[in-house]
Amino acid sequence: MSPTILFTVGTITILGFLAAAILYFIASKFKVYEDPKIDEVEASLPNTNCGGCGHPGCRAFAEACVKASDLSDLHCPVGGNDTMKKVASLLGMEVEERDPYVAVVRCSGSFEYRQKVNVYDGSPNCTIAHTLYGGDTGCQYGCLGFGECVDACDFQAMYMDEKTGLPVVIQDKCTACNACVKACPRNILELRPMGRKNRRIFVSCINQDKGGAAKKACEVACTGCSKCESECKYDAITIQNYLAYIDPEKCKLCRKCAPVCKSNSILEINFPPRKEESEKPEREKRERPERRAAETDTAVMEQEGEVNVIAMVQKANEESDNQGSSENKEIL
Amino acid sequence: MSLANTTIKTFPMGGVHPEENKITASIPIKKLAIPEEVIIPISQHIGAPAKPVVEQREKVKVGQVIARSEGFVSANIHATISGTVTKIDKVIDATGYKRDAIIIKAGKDGEEWDEQIDLSEVLVKTISLQREEIIKKIADAGIVGLGGATFPSHVKLSVPKGKKADCLIINGVECEPFLTSDHRLMLEKGEEIVVGTRILMIALGVEQAIIGIENNKPDAIEKMSSLIHGENGISVQPLKVQYPQGGEKQLIKAVLNREVPSGGLPIDVGVVVHNVGTAFAVYEAVQKNKPLIERVVTVTGKDVKEPANFWVRIGTPISELVEAAGGIPENTGKVISGGPMMGKALNTLEVPVSKGTSGILLVPNEEAKRGHMKVCIRCTRCVTVCPMGLEPYLLMTLTQKELFDRLEKEKALDCIECGSCSFTCPSDRPLLDYIRLGKRTVTSIIKARKN
Repeated sequence: MSPTILFTVGTITILGFLAAAILYFIASKFKVYEDPKIDEVEASLPNTNCGGCGHPGCRAFAEACVKASDLSDLHCPVGGNDTMKKVASLLGMEVEERDPYVAVVRCSGSFEYRQKVNVYDGSPNCTIAHTLYGGDTGCQYGCLGFGECVDACDFQAMYMDEKTGLPVVIQDKCTACNACVKACPRNILELRPMGRKNRRIFVSCINQDKGGAAKKACEVACTGCSKCESECKYDAITIQNYLAYIDPEKCKLCRKCAPVCKSNSILEINFPPRKEESEKPEREKRERPERRAAETDTAVMEQEGEVNVIAMVQKANEESDNQGSSENKEIL
Repeated sequence: MSLANTTIKTFPMGGVHPEENKITASIPIKKLAIPEEVIIPISQHIGAPAKPVVEQREKVKVGQVIARSEGFVSANIHATISGTVTKIDKVIDATGYKRDAIIIKAGKDGEEWDEQIDLSEVLVKTISLQREEIIKKIADAGIVGLGGATFPSHVKLSVPKGKKADCLIINGVECEPFLTSDHRLMLEKGEEIVVGTRILMIALGVEQAIIGIENNKPDAIEKMSSLIHGENGISVQPLKVQYPQGGEKQLIKAVLNREVPSGGLPIDVGVVVHNVGTAFAVYEAVQKNKPLIERVVTVTGKDVKEPANFWVRIGTPISELVEAAGGIPENTGKVISGGPMMGKALNTLEVPVSKGTSGILLVPNEEAKRGHMKVCIRCTRCVTVCPMGLEPYLLMTLTQKELFDRLEKEKALDCIECGSCSFTCPSDRPLLDYIRLGKRTVTSIIKARKN
């Protein structure tokens, strides 16, 4: 071996050790201490980085958990109570159980109920259409149908129903991460408590026009007639701007409001079928369940591999209250 | 004495030249019959909506204030026909949304005027009022920029402290294809426009005013040049036809070769721009006490039977205007309020004419459809035509990818929304739609940051 090679190898080896020494010195001198608990907490989180907790990603949430003195303000909606219990036990703290939430679509203006009055040929994007005008139907509050909420969903918990032109939330997949609520330029989606036995009841409309105008634009629009308000014993329903809103905190799921609604704006989800009402036979009421069944067909067509959904829905509807409906699917 | 400048100027960067189609240029302005009912939106301007000061069933006269401005950047709204206020209700306006509007049903003939308004046709040349009085009168008359932007005129005339205007530009460019309302107004009301210009010069305290007119209106250039004989400080500047020359920043660059800084206003370079329509409205307000209750609207389109310009009372439903022009042609695909470049498609003909309605354009079906969006082929035509020197393809991509910090750095807020990029794009990409969306988001981010 020539001395040149030896010299080169030697120099580089010395340089390498020198650099390693400098790096070691710098690394130990400027070491940033990070609580090892952060890593542990992060590992127990779902790591979806959806931002549903209000923090930019799971690591930031883990940091916040470790820093916090109690966990009452912190909640991971995706992981739910189980994850939060794990986090609490890692940190040696207590955590209260929270009711799970789910997104609901507060618009029932399907093609059938809400006639198109003009044609939109601009960019198929909800926010752009919303900036441009009131929409291609007479309702300037309702769903525009370009599915920005569906695009925003990281959990494949939503899809656009081609028959109705409305988005559908799949209850079991929805993690209540709030992404769809933020994406909708019209604030149609809302996070509501999953409810006892997954049952919920809400006004599926946000039209704030006066009764006549709302009705003209959409058959199932809330007219603000306040019949439901007077029917409710628990003061859960408020009327503002010709629009009813059911407060989920106060609502006891008694279902008294839904039958009095003349325009069928109040949706009941996962309830057993109603018994025949003999006292008020004169009321003509369009059958809501029929519509739901029809939409279920689409759901089956679109979601291959979940073909037993109809059966599940029917089963859940038929069987008594003690039947758990966690496998049920929300269909609006 | 100043005559028309012989050199023809234009702005140096970007621009397009769409087919002009000035069908109605040679037809005198007609007067539209007083409608039976007017729908007057309370928000016809940029800024805070006016507050209604009339009650239901109240009798009103033409020119009476029915909604008073709320705050400095706002404008009064006046009754445009006499009669009874039937209701104050939400009505779809040109924005495509339902907004509050005052609905007046005409009594008798609807022509009972407020006593203070001078209805004679006599030209009043002597300007007796002082600067503050003029600005107050303009504010009281509810005058807004009639070129289409509807920015309250008195705000533009109140030069902020520390800034000084040295030149007034009167915008007679009318670069939008099809529209001829400013053109006809210059031909028919030229004298009044010159007096209005003088009034605006006094209000601003400037010695120099330039009327910019594109040279596809040689008769208007000739007429205005002959009228400014003996008027000190006023001159006419012919301009090469180029869209969007009517944009303030482009016009200033073309006429004075001054460049408004990014994010700045024309006053930063000592200039204030007003439309010829505004100059005429100022004349009527100051010399005749007449508030802004009517304007010239072009009703046009390739298949329209009797296209023309009309003097229209504000609040007249657009359906009546279309009827006056021979009805809606069978193959109409879109009805646009404004010009084809910056106008907005209407979703119903019951929309009322507002202060900013410069034209109604009926587009045939085959031209109304947007092309199918294809991929960007990186031809850079949008960059070439952008009059603000922006990169529209990039702004669109950044909006799609939600990179709003970068969008702000790329000066998306400088976009004047002229639509040249979308017009020229061979792939029919909706560039402006996305840029507008990006601008909105960036504006709200900046607002949130400030708070």
